[in-house]
Amino acid sequence: MTMPITARFNLDYGTFKLAVDLSLPGSGVTVLFGPSGSGKTTLLRCIAGLQRAPQGFLEINGTIWQDSERGIFVPTHKRSLGYVFQEANLFPHLTVKQNLQFGLKRIGKSAATDLSHILELLGIGHLLERAPDRLSGGERQRIAIARALALNPEILLMDEPLAALDFKRKQEILPFLSRLHRELNIPVLYVTHAQQEMAQLADYLVIMDEGRSPASGPLAETLSRLDMPLALDRNAATVWPVTIAGHEAEYHLTHVTFAGGSISLPSFAAKIGTPLRLQIYARDVSITLQKPTDTSILNVLPAVITGIADDERGHSIVQLVLPGIAGDTDPAQQSSASEIRQPIADKGAGQGNSLLAHITLKSAKLLKLRTGMAVYVQIKGTSILN
Amino acid sequence: MLSSADIATLWLTFKVASLATLIMLIVGTPLAWWLARTTSRFKGICNALVALPLVLPPTVLGFYLLVMLGPKGPIGRLTNDLGWGTLPFTFGGLIVASVLYSLPFVVQPLQTSFAAIGRQPLEAAATLRAGPLDTFFSVVIPLAKPGFMTATILGFAHTVGEFGVVLMVGGNIPDKTRVVSVQIYNHVEALEYEQAHWLAGGLLLFSFTVLLVLYSALKTHPVAHQLK
Repeated sequence: MTMPITARFNLDYGTFKLAVDLSLPGSGVTVLFGPSGSGKTTLLRCIAGLQRAPQGFLEINGTIWQDSERGIFVPTHKRSLGYVFQEANLFPHLTVKQNLQFGLKRIGKSAATDLSHILELLGIGHLLERAPDRLSGGERQRIAIARALALNPEILLMDEPLAALDFKRKQEILPFLSRLHRELNIPVLYVTHAQQEMAQLADYLVIMDEGRSPASGPLAETLSRLDMPLALDRNAATVWPVTIAGHEAEYHLTHVTFAGGSISLPSFAAKIGTPLRLQIYARDVSITLQKPTDTSILNVLPAVITGIADDERGHSIVQLVLPGIAGDTDPAQQSSASEIRQPIADKGAGQGNSLLAHITLKSAKLLKLRTGMAVYVQIKGTSILN
Repeated sequence: MLSSADIATLWLTFKVASLATLIMLIVGTPLAWWLARTTSRFKGICNALVALPLVLPPTVLGFYLLVMLGPKGPIGRLTNDLGWGTLPFTFGGLIVASVLYSLPFVVQPLQTSFAAIGRQPLEAAATLRAGPLDTFFSVVIPLAKPGFMTATILGFAHTVGEFGVVLMVGGNIPDKTRVVSVQIYNHVEALEYEQAHWLAGGLLLFSFTVLLVLYSALKTHPVAHQLK
């Protein structure tokens, strides 16, 4: 993966410090994920130039936006970016249409052609003549997204665009975001503290904590890192990209394939070939040493243990890969029988191959699980994120 | 009814108030913007200085202006050296005095509405390629429209109504510095109560109408509504 975005910032406000050094992919959605106060919004604002880190270097697709050592700081209005704020932040004195044209006028492009696709994508064509105060929160946020995209920016920055919306409005917007995700070819940096949004949208994950970024990488790989609190969380999950392969109407089942295997899900109405994101919670995965023959669980897959961690509350978190997907495990790991936390982020695990299982510490002891063991995983439940 | 002298004072008052309001808007807008946004330690001092005429007896301000602008005052000497003469008892002096005296009535509503806009619309404008000056004209001014309306009306009305400063700095010279408020005083001194009634009643009606228009406009203005 090439990394055309380099972002290094150092900023010290006394009680809050930001110190990050990141290389990010030039396409897809990169989610900056962390609790409030972890510095993810500050980082996004530094990238936009809305805040100026005294020490910083920022390069996007070969263009330098900040280089404090050479005294370079491109002001926000000269950066080719789109920014979606937590509050839609539409101009109240302008109509929807005028809001959409605000930026277009300033880059000297005619509105007609570009805009129609965006209007259609976000489903806001019927709102053009309205005033912003006559829109729902969800509509306002969709217009804010369209306004940012209308400029055809080199990068789209989104700061918790759903945080100010209630559950219903979130559900209204998420499908649009997923669509954007599929149709945009510019990189999107998306700030959120909501695990569900992260799992649904991220291709690449940057974990933020206390102004630092302890981990970043492709989503599936980063989600399953045992040295990160995410994997130890009760809601720990991995996300696989899958494709619909067929339906079994008699049993209300849908079959999906992923690189090297297939599993069944409760019936999901979508055409064969539709790509989906499948979320598998670690608590829904159990481990057996032998291939179970008489089990009610449909999805049983061979896997290899690549690491085991202990949450110190009686659970073992087992990290596995599914062979045939990216099956070459590190021989050094196979010989080690340790049950300590073992980061494997740089062991070349590709997206969609890793899986987490939360089991009891006692089971892990009884089964004598260790890194390198070939086992079977039973997946009790999955959820579709699209 | 109104004599031609009365009408001359009305016309002069209108000229003074219009010109002073224009100058106050030109000076007051950047000043209010700075006061609304700055974190400078001089902000407190500047706020106090601008607000001073609100509490100061007009005669005190008028007295100091007279001293400063007079032939022996530092500013008076400067204007003399520049060949402009001295300002007291001239139309120019009246304008300077009016501007200083009514400035808080322009700066404070502007400052309040600038502060109410917050940084968010400005940041949104910046991410949409608008530079700072562009943002000021295309976002700040439209959003601060109620503030500008209030500032203009209050600045104008307050200049029309001033008396003390005018008398100290401007004097009582027909067609040059004799404004309505001074003319009313003249009528009363001369026991011409009927003339005084016409002018005083006119000013009362004018002031009430201005405030009525202002408050009903602010209540219905959509942007004002949103700024709350």
